[in-house]
Amino acid sequence: MSSEPTTSAAQTTASQELAAAATDPTAIDPTLIGTTAARSERRGPRIPWRFIGGRVAFYAFTLWAAITINFFIPRLMKGDAVDAYMARSQGQLTPDAEKALRILFGLDKSTPLGQQYLDYWNMLLHGNLGYSISTGMAPVGDAIGSALPWTIGLVGVATVISFVIGTLLGAVVGWRRGGKLDVFVPVTTFLGTVPYFWLGLIFIAIFSTTLGWFPAGHAYELGVDPGWNADFIGEVISHAALPVLTIVIISLGGWVLGMRNMMLTVLDEDYITVAQAKGLPNRRVLWRYAARNAVLPQVQSFALALGFIVSGTIVMEMVFSYPGIGLLLLNATSAHDYALMQGVFLVLVLAVLVANIVADIAYAFLDPRIRQTEG
Amino acid sequence: MTTEARKKTTAPTGVGSPETAWVTTVDRRETRTTGWSQLKLSLAMFGNRKSAAGLIIMGVFVLVAIFAPLIAPYDPETQNLKETLQPPSFEHLLGTTHIGQDVFSQLVFGTRGVLVVGFLATIMATVVAVVVGVTAGYLRGWKSESLSALSNVFLVIPGLPLMIIVASQFQDPPLVLIAAVLGLTGWAWGARVLRAQTMSLRNRDFIQAARANGEPLFRIILVEMLPNLLAIIASSFVGTMTAAVLGLTTLAFIGVIPVSNLNWGTILFWAQQNNAFPDYWWWYVPAGLCIALLGVSLALINFGIDEYVNPRLRSAGERARAMKRKGMNVNAAVTVVRTGSAESAPAALRAEGAPE
Repeated sequence: MSSEPTTSAAQTTASQELAAAATDPTAIDPTLIGTTAARSERRGPRIPWRFIGGRVAFYAFTLWAAITINFFIPRLMKGDAVDAYMARSQGQLTPDAEKALRILFGLDKSTPLGQQYLDYWNMLLHGNLGYSISTGMAPVGDAIGSALPWTIGLVGVATVISFVIGTLLGAVVGWRRGGKLDVFVPVTTFLGTVPYFWLGLIFIAIFSTTLGWFPAGHAYELGVDPGWNADFIGEVISHAALPVLTIVIISLGGWVLGMRNMMLTVLDEDYITVAQAKGLPNRRVLWRYAARNAVLPQVQSFALALGFIVSGTIVMEMVFSYPGIGLLLLNATSAHDYALMQGVFLVLVLAVLVANIVADIAYAFLDPRIRQTEG
Repeated sequence: MTTEARKKTTAPTGVGSPETAWVTTVDRRETRTTGWSQLKLSLAMFGNRKSAAGLIIMGVFVLVAIFAPLIAPYDPETQNLKETLQPPSFEHLLGTTHIGQDVFSQLVFGTRGVLVVGFLATIMATVVAVVVGVTAGYLRGWKSESLSALSNVFLVIPGLPLMIIVASQFQDPPLVLIAAVLGLTGWAWGARVLRAQTMSLRNRDFIQAARANGEPLFRIILVEMLPNLLAIIASSFVGTMTAAVLGLTTLAFIGVIPVSNLNWGTILFWAQQNNAFPDYWWWYVPAGLCIALLGVSLALINFGIDEYVNPRLRSAGERARAMKRKGMNVNAAVTVVRTGSAESAPAALRAEGAPE
């Protein structure tokens, strides 16, 4: 290319100018000159107390709201857990037993509502989520504890795979705008509008029942002993393959579209033109300049999408009979096991909140402007 | 590209590039603003091809829902034990279920169930989103912050578990209640976006002028602000509808809402309960495709609105294709344009670029 000498000359002059503008050009990597990252790093890390404080207050408020919703929903309804239990036992329980149960569940009608609310908080603060009717009065915490790792493993792996592939794909699709890759946008959008459970059932029908490549459900075969050995891990992976594939395929579209749209906006910015004028290789402009800036809203929508992801995996677990927390919730629902339902809901809210905190921290790392709010 | 654009718009032939050709809309502003032209302007976001395609698909579904009794050849609930699990034929376009119900008729009536609850939920959610979002954006201080915190809480709380828990508290939840639950979990995103946009509108000159003129608050919000928020309201309406349809079919599939309320999710519920997978494909494939098709139509409408709000999304692809046709690479824009204008440009490149 005849243009190469001109552009590299332009690059040298541009970087010289920038270097002259910076106060201490020797202390930093010359390739970072002019990026916000370089400037904030030189100032040293600041701790944005106001930002952290605001977020902590928000999380505390959300948690309080979720717990309060959780407290009131069963109490606003006509029947309650004890009524359901009495109905199940078909008159075999005496009124005394009913009263004892009411006290156990904190549903004693003679206690004022405010006192019940305080008792509920007291129970939660002691880590007591109540007792599950459908699993023979076992503590709700135990039931959730055995289901949670499966869900976190499945959802975590699937979500991370989907986010990474989708974001990378979106960056490339946005970069090659107007090209053949644009076809990914309608294709992934279509896949994103398919309901989770339907695609899951179709996959079971094709890959499991017809082709026999993967097992149709459960986390592992009944005969296998759980443990940290190769057999068991292989078993778990082969059982998780289809659910993970389904989640990835359905959630990919959102990430691709979000990243591509953000890339189109970012690629019009002046700093991209400057980077290209400096003659930086395309790959560097794509990943270090464009994608790096376009990924910020992705991280934010990642946090917001978690609620949907959790919702999607509930049906996923139902379809694949995966022993996670979603299946637990559905079983609790059909058994009218209110304590278990409340416990699961609380844990789900907590999980989403924790994931939001992680996304917040990642966002602060990625975006220097957040860190600089104090300055 | 250029010729296409000229055909579409009645631009004067002297105008060179498509971007200038679009400026013909200026004429409209010179005419007096009537209610009709105002309406036309506010519907401009649906004027592109993607939105139109989405609206047409949506329109077909709406027509099917309205005229369901005329379209469906059978009663969706009538059992016919002589013809169970029939594959598609002219008699039963999409076959029959395990108790001989006509799947096509169920699908047609199911459209009604989906759309009625979907629209009801979406309208509720949008009203709440507009009220909360615009109010939070217009007010300042702790009132605004607390409304914003409220919508953020609803944004974080996972919707489906909440729906399942609320819906399961009722023995036989009425349609309005299902719609309300779907709406309750779906308004927060719209409120958040509307708040941000209202906050940026609040300080614009025309709002300041209206306030200085002593216009009452409801007039400022209804007359001055709402027209500028229409695109965002439409976009959040479409997004909420997508979530509501998916939520409804999922709830129906799980079985927490009564199966007597026929919709596409109920069809899938019965199909799964009766081991339709994988052999009786006519029972479960059409319903899933209908959900996806409705979702695609909503996504198309949203694409159109997105491109209207952010013209870069549309122009980026068009510009890149136009440049490619001239033999240029959009990602090397700076370099190529410079060599193209310089005298040392390769002859081939200049020759290719010349006709434009």
